[in-house]
Amino acid sequence: MSHYIPPTHETDPDPLQGRSALIKGDPSFAEITEAVARPIEMPHKRWILFFLPALALLSLLPISLGWLFWEGIGVWGNNVPIGWGWPIINFVFWVGIGHAGTLISAVLFLFRQKWRTSINRGAEAMTIFAVICALIFPGVHVGRVWAAYWLGPVPNQMDMWVNFRSPLLWDVFAVSTYFTVSTLFWYVGLIPDLATMRDRSKTTIRKMAYGFLAMGWRGSHRHWVNYESAYLLLAAMATPLVLSVHSIVSFDFAVSNLPGWHTTIFPPYFVAGAIFSGFGMVLTLMIPLRVWFKLEHIITIKHLENMAKIILLTGSIVGYAYSLEFFIAWYSGNEYEAFLFQNRAFGPYAWGYWIMMSCNVITPQFIWFKKVRTNPKILFVLSIFVNIGMWFERFVIVVSSLHHDFLPSSWDYFSPTFWDVSLFLGSFGLFFTLFLLFLRYLPLIAIAEVKSVMPRANPHWVDPDKKPSTRDHDASHGEVSTKPEPEPEPEPEPEPEPSKDEPEPEPSKDEDEASDEDAGEDTPVAEESSEDNADADEPEKAEQDEKLLFSPPPSEKTDAKKDGKDNG
Amino acid sequence: MGKRPKSFGLLAEYETPHDLYHACEQVRDAGYAAWDAYTPFPVHGLEKAMGLKASLVPWIVCVMGFTGAALGFLMQYWMAAVDYPLIIAAKPLNSYPAFVPITFEPGILFGSFGAVFGMLGLNKLPQLYHSLFNSKNFARVTDDRFFIAIEARDPRYHTDDTTKFLEETGAVSVEEVED
Repeated sequence: MSHYIPPTHETDPDPLQGRSALIKGDPSFAEITEAVARPIEMPHKRWILFFLPALALLSLLPISLGWLFWEGIGVWGNNVPIGWGWPIINFVFWVGIGHAGTLISAVLFLFRQKWRTSINRGAEAMTIFAVICALIFPGVHVGRVWAAYWLGPVPNQMDMWVNFRSPLLWDVFAVSTYFTVSTLFWYVGLIPDLATMRDRSKTTIRKMAYGFLAMGWRGSHRHWVNYESAYLLLAAMATPLVLSVHSIVSFDFAVSNLPGWHTTIFPPYFVAGAIFSGFGMVLTLMIPLRVWFKLEHIITIKHLENMAKIILLTGSIVGYAYSLEFFIAWYSGNEYEAFLFQNRAFGPYAWGYWIMMSCNVITPQFIWFKKVRTNPKILFVLSIFVNIGMWFERFVIVVSSLHHDFLPSSWDYFSPTFWDVSLFLGSFGLFFTLFLLFLRYLPLIAIAEVKSVMPRANPHWVDPDKKPSTRDHDASHGEVSTKPEPEPEPEPEPEPEPSKDEPEPEPSKDEDEASDEDAGEDTPVAEESSEDNADADEPEKAEQDEKLLFSPPPSEKTDAKKDGKDNG
Repeated sequence: MGKRPKSFGLLAEYETPHDLYHACEQVRDAGYAAWDAYTPFPVHGLEKAMGLKASLVPWIVCVMGFTGAALGFLMQYWMAAVDYPLIIAAKPLNSYPAFVPITFEPGILFGSFGAVFGMLGLNKLPQLYHSLFNSKNFARVTDDRFFIAIEARDPRYHTDDTTKFLEETGAVSVEEVED
């Protein structure tokens, strides 16, 4: 099969939903598999050009950690009032980035946002790798890493337990649970695609590796029923989990009695900021990848635009939170709080504060313009600013709140050292190395999920090329017609015999009409198809079927198909 | 070995979810029990066409989730109030409001384990060998083809009749698969 070249035109209507199709060019299922699997089977020659620099950055990680373990945390710029410094900034930065992956895979799944299918796999991988990077920092910030197991409720020689009243301990449980659940969620989503990779494998090693990981998945529908149930429940559990994780991260700050940290706005403000930064990172990764992997028909401008809108929303929430903090600092009448916020905006760290404000508050406002949010290049630049701005947000929160505490005699200024910077760069090296390995060996797009949102995945879709219909309105076959088909009168059909595994005797009207429509094109099965009424009690399904009745005539489907072929 | 059937069953191939959907309805109504549909992605509504029952995964998740939450709370209560009672920040030993996060997190963790391992257990996975993998055509089940397999152990199974029946359901090919 020749490589699928995506068409560039923007308006392929989905013949069944009557709205713009998510996947452009109406490709076949095999073309989707091919487009996603080919970059893994015939890797890009340029892959190594990215992998080597990533490895070089990664090499900074063991060097920085080794020196840290040898010398102690004095190698960092942390000092007495500013005990948290870069490690905690970087921890919050990476955890926050991770949250967009869960938002895309779980929250958008619960909201039935079908466009998530094109980006969820990459975003989930980003989540897992970002959380791995995040976990390094608090782990080494404890100073004596060989005693890091005290973080957990592990029996130890002192016969003491951890303090369950501390948000820092909640964080240990929250982040480790989050990492485990994200990994499970990602792996469950990967199983059908690993089976696809297994069945395409030409070499024994690949077949065995993918076959082992796919666990013998064979697409059985009895399996799919359990699978979809498990996936839905994982999404339902990951949604409160992701909110809890960043709320608990914010408790690390908010539960302490420090001006600038001790505010009730922190949990929602941190969650919004996390989603904001995570979508920034998803855009940073996906905009070049969709071009390099030739996936512009799967990750379309529409997908980028939707993500940009979420950045605009969460960026505005973050901007609101910044201003509300200032309002409360004045309105509360608390002089420490008031001093802190004046100091934040105009004190020694004013530069950090204004970088944060301009990147996080001003940058996303450009997304109001459609020309901006549909232009990948501009979005890419904006997403970089979002990443920078969100790192500085954590810098401002951690450093500016700590450096001028209650006693002026202990005030100090924080400057990072070489080892602060090298450890942070090393974590980027780890992130990019893992992400590039993911791109090299695992499908970037959730193949099975993308197929399931295509119009041809719907059991009501009939291949216009394969089954020339004999119905009257097909006289217009080949003509361009955008008028919706008139609603077919329900045939006065005798009451279908209720089969034994369908309890409800009365078929829903919508369902009946829809199946009649099918039956018209498929005469041998007409009698049986009138019985597919078992799901009539589901309002969502019935609503979908209602939409199907107003679908454009098959002639348009033919045209869409032809367009795809001409371009392909 | 004499009684063991040589054949696993019949594998019918379909081109579109539409064809598969209506074929499944016919197989269901013909009264077959040991059969299944195989698809590259979950075809929505197919469980109705096949007459399948709802999944048991939610019950597993429910039991596991509440078990995890209960264990999380009991762990904190036992460690903070029973095994090493230590007053911290003048709070009661059983300061249950502070125990909420670590009650919630293990609940989610155990629930997720229940969802994933419950799903795998119900599906009897991992199962690296399956008779259907003997069919060459079946490799396309993870790409773009849709299949129905009626197994030889089904009491209504009869090689010739069932082949004819499957051909009439709109299959593009019907083949016998070795066990």
